[in-house]
Amino acid sequence: MGAHSEEVPEADETSTPAPIEEIQPLEVEEAVAEAAAPEREIDVAIGDDLIVVKDLTIKFGGLVALDNVSFTIKRGEILGLIGPNGAGKTTCFNAMTGVYKPTSGQILLEGSLLNGMKQHKITRAGLARTFQNIRLFGDMTALENVVVGLDARHKTSVVGALLRLPRHRREERSAIDRGMALLEFVGIAEHAGAQARNLSYGSQRRLEIARALATDPKVLCLDEPAAGFNPAEKEDLMALIRTIRNDGYTVLLIEHDMKLVMGVTDRIVVLEFGKKIADDVPHVIREDPKVVSAYLGEPEDDAA
Amino acid sequence: MISTLLTAVPTDSDWINFDVPTLINTFWSTTFDGLTFGAIYALVALGYTLVYGVLNLINFAHSEVFIMGCYAVFFTLSFLGFGPSAPNLGFGQILLNLLLALLAAIVASAVTAFLVERLAYRPLRKRNAPRLVYLITAIGASFVIQYLIFWQRGPLPEPALTMFLPTPIFEVFGTIIDSQQIIIVVAAVIMMVFVDQFIRRSRTGRGIRAVAQDPDTATLMGVNKEKIIITTFIIGGILAGAAALFYVMKIPSGVQYNGGFILGIKAFAAAVLGGIGNVRGALLGGLLLGLIGNYGQILLGSSQWTDVVAFVVLVLVLLVRPQGILGTSLGRSKA
Amino acid sequence: MSENPIPNVFSKDATRKPWFSNWSEKWAAMPRQKQWLYMIIIVVAAYLLPVINPPILSTEPGNDFPLALFTMAVYALVAVGLNVVIGYAGLLDLGYIAFFAVGSYTAAMLTSPDSPFFKVPYLWTIPLAVVVAMIVGVILGIPTLRLRGDYLAIVTLGFGEIIRILATLIPAMKGQVGFQNVGRPPGVGADGIPLFANSNGTPWYWLTLTILIIVMLLAGNLERSRVGRSWIAIREDEDAAETMGVPTFKYKVWAFAIGAGVGGMSGALFAGQVGFVNNQKFDVVTSILFVAAVVLGGVGNKVGAVFGGALVAYIPLRFTAIAEFKYLIFGFALVLIMIYRSQGLIPAKHRLLAYGQSAYAKVRAGTQKKPAPAAEKEA
Repeated sequence: MGAHSEEVPEADETSTPAPIEEIQPLEVEEAVAEAAAPEREIDVAIGDDLIVVKDLTIKFGGLVALDNVSFTIKRGEILGLIGPNGAGKTTCFNAMTGVYKPTSGQILLEGSLLNGMKQHKITRAGLARTFQNIRLFGDMTALENVVVGLDARHKTSVVGALLRLPRHRREERSAIDRGMALLEFVGIAEHAGAQARNLSYGSQRRLEIARALATDPKVLCLDEPAAGFNPAEKEDLMALIRTIRNDGYTVLLIEHDMKLVMGVTDRIVVLEFGKKIADDVPHVIREDPKVVSAYLGEPEDDAA
Repeated sequence: MISTLLTAVPTDSDWINFDVPTLINTFWSTTFDGLTFGAIYALVALGYTLVYGVLNLINFAHSEVFIMGCYAVFFTLSFLGFGPSAPNLGFGQILLNLLLALLAAIVASAVTAFLVERLAYRPLRKRNAPRLVYLITAIGASFVIQYLIFWQRGPLPEPALTMFLPTPIFEVFGTIIDSQQIIIVVAAVIMMVFVDQFIRRSRTGRGIRAVAQDPDTATLMGVNKEKIIITTFIIGGILAGAAALFYVMKIPSGVQYNGGFILGIKAFAAAVLGGIGNVRGALLGGLLLGLIGNYGQILLGSSQWTDVVAFVVLVLVLLVRPQGILGTSLGRSKA
Repeated sequence: MSENPIPNVFSKDATRKPWFSNWSEKWAAMPRQKQWLYMIIIVVAAYLLPVINPPILSTEPGNDFPLALFTMAVYALVAVGLNVVIGYAGLLDLGYIAFFAVGSYTAAMLTSPDSPFFKVPYLWTIPLAVVVAMIVGVILGIPTLRLRGDYLAIVTLGFGEIIRILATLIPAMKGQVGFQNVGRPPGVGADGIPLFANSNGTPWYWLTLTILIIVMLLAGNLERSRVGRSWIAIREDEDAAETMGVPTFKYKVWAFAIGAGVGGMSGALFAGQVGFVNNQKFDVVTSILFVAAVVLGGVGNKVGAVFGGALVAYIPLRFTAIAEFKYLIFGFALVLIMIYRSQGLIPAKHRLLAYGQSAYAKVRAGTQKKPAPAAEKEA
């Protein structure tokens, strides 16, 4: 649960853009944070490379969606992946989570290759994701949705469930405890019994994040989680992401809203036309002329 | 125990007997006959393929659209005096009678298709029903029509009637091709070419392709989705009506409340084989399935085997190459 | 912020008040003991039905009531099995009769003197029928469960037909002649007549009812476990389920296999009571009738499935005047239900957590505290 050292932007003598507003994490009860923290052993030390994307290329017929993209995600950081529309962010995301097979290049998690693995195996290996258009299981309650995520780590067999063997009972009980803890962690514990389809949009987004956290990921990948929110809600969501990181998770974030990305991430990778054009800390990225021109000179682009 | 088990496992001569000599002897006649059936399948297949292309729905009730056409043919011709033996009429008169029957069949099938769309599918579209619900409703509609017919006409097939005695027209590879076969195949091909051109060139055809590709955008571009859908159903109905005439021509004893079911499955298999949603695929699939079915029947000795063959083809295509031979492409410019 | 409606596979409009909603709310509010009490009363009443032979409900004089009850129980069992496939996992299987047939033929070929196989006592054929049917289910499932929706439905229909036709064409299956004198459970009454005679529906009914109750309890266990949750997840959004770590293919095959096993078991029971098995009864129309039973009763709800199956069997037996129209009636019912109430007569109210109720109760009692500045905006 290391607190990451904050980057304080330096005030310049010449005309400066406003200092980056750092988003503060939420106050969470110690017990809840404990209960929701990651449980898996990770061999990589904090600050070292957890995910390595090496020369990733994706071609769809003649179209090159990603062209030799390389970057790393370090354990314990929040990495932002940004770029104008069509830059290849979602393609990269999808390749990492197993939706697309890379044409060439490698995706490594703690040194093992993720290329070509089936999606559910990638999730079990430790890469969880959310969707841009929320895809909850509408007919289930919030708690049930989260427990489906927890099931990814359970070992009960069909026969075990049929006969209610001891392991099944143990896992069911622990699922309730950890599930409720996760719901509390993201702030929707009072809706545990509500049907997922009846929740407000904000609650649904949080539920989706809780469900992804339930799979005990080594890296949590969020695909435009703030889409559809108003600015105040976006801030709340970003605070939650900070809290998640502080609890020990590593986060990969795709987002359009530059102000937010600047405020919540530790590092940013910028894509344009399928190529990586920048890879640095936020305040450097903000002033990088390549990035600025890629966004037509509007770093404060609020795409909401 | 092993020995008793082995007696149950069929050896080659017990139940599956590949009668190759007969197939070789009758190859060409089997082929032309197969093409004739294939033409009928193709006409019905086109109805399935168009509706699937536009609505992404397997119209289970299409087999009943077809059988209603068959009943229309039967009733019209019975009324006009046709019976079990060939009528003593001149060529022109027979033609006239057949055209009347064709008209009746087309009207009956088109009306049935229209009613199914309006009463069963449109209410679901209004409620934004998920796909599983459409499928179950389609099955229910199919049942309703079948058993309405059963209620009125009973379980047995209608008495067979002969339209005309097929006269040999010319000889190819030692086999005689008769007038019946020629009429069916030629008429079917002409109709399908017509529909193909209609889909590719006419305004409505473009609308059909647009809705097949992206219904919402098509609506935004000014295409009247409901009109296109009903047009698609009616086109399918018209083709099924024609197929009904040819079917009764070829198999007069097939007019029965559940006569649509097997033919429907075969036609659907043909559509999938050629490429569901693909107009030319329906023709190709139909002809191929007609050939395969006929060869199978001669090879294996019983007509029940053609049914098995149809199912096996269907299952294999869906497992191995679900997009069919020509691929699915109602929306694209290459049919 | 607007609501983001997530579609339910069977009913996108879950805000409409279902019929019997008062009853289902009252039921949910009842303490567990009271629920068990009611259930025990209903079960005892069910067992007593053939003995009481109530006047209005009874199918007599048209049809022997105990035999009618037996048929209802068999259909209910089939519906519960098919509900696992369609209702839980969302896989539309139109060839379910094939598993029923496999079970019947297994029972017949292992007990009938007409068959060349070695023989076993009848009661053994029930678990054997389950095993054989499950194997067939897995064999059918593995290639076909890669398909979705419409295609899966058609392929299962195709397989069902292929099995039916093979039953006719393979000489060892004896086509229309079939197998006579299928076995029965042991037991002889005081007068020397076997208890489980073909004409005595009551012991067969009690046997099937007991099996039905056991299967329902087991199904409930599966519902409140990761298996049930995985199935519902697959049904709701298969791709999202896969992404959340659910091994979707494995669980789909399991659903198929379990459904097949229950179907086989029902077939074996049916064969025993009727005493005769041939190729005449295993057609597509019956498969579709089974689907109608599940769908009318309430997809995804095992009680609804029992209700639907019993209803589908009961109506033609009770109202013999319209018996020959049963397909017409159920066809209409299917279309109407799909248009106006697609979740069925008794909609599913899933409880998918083994210990969920206590957790929900705690939440309702407000013992949870919210983390600080998360301000929730509720619609």
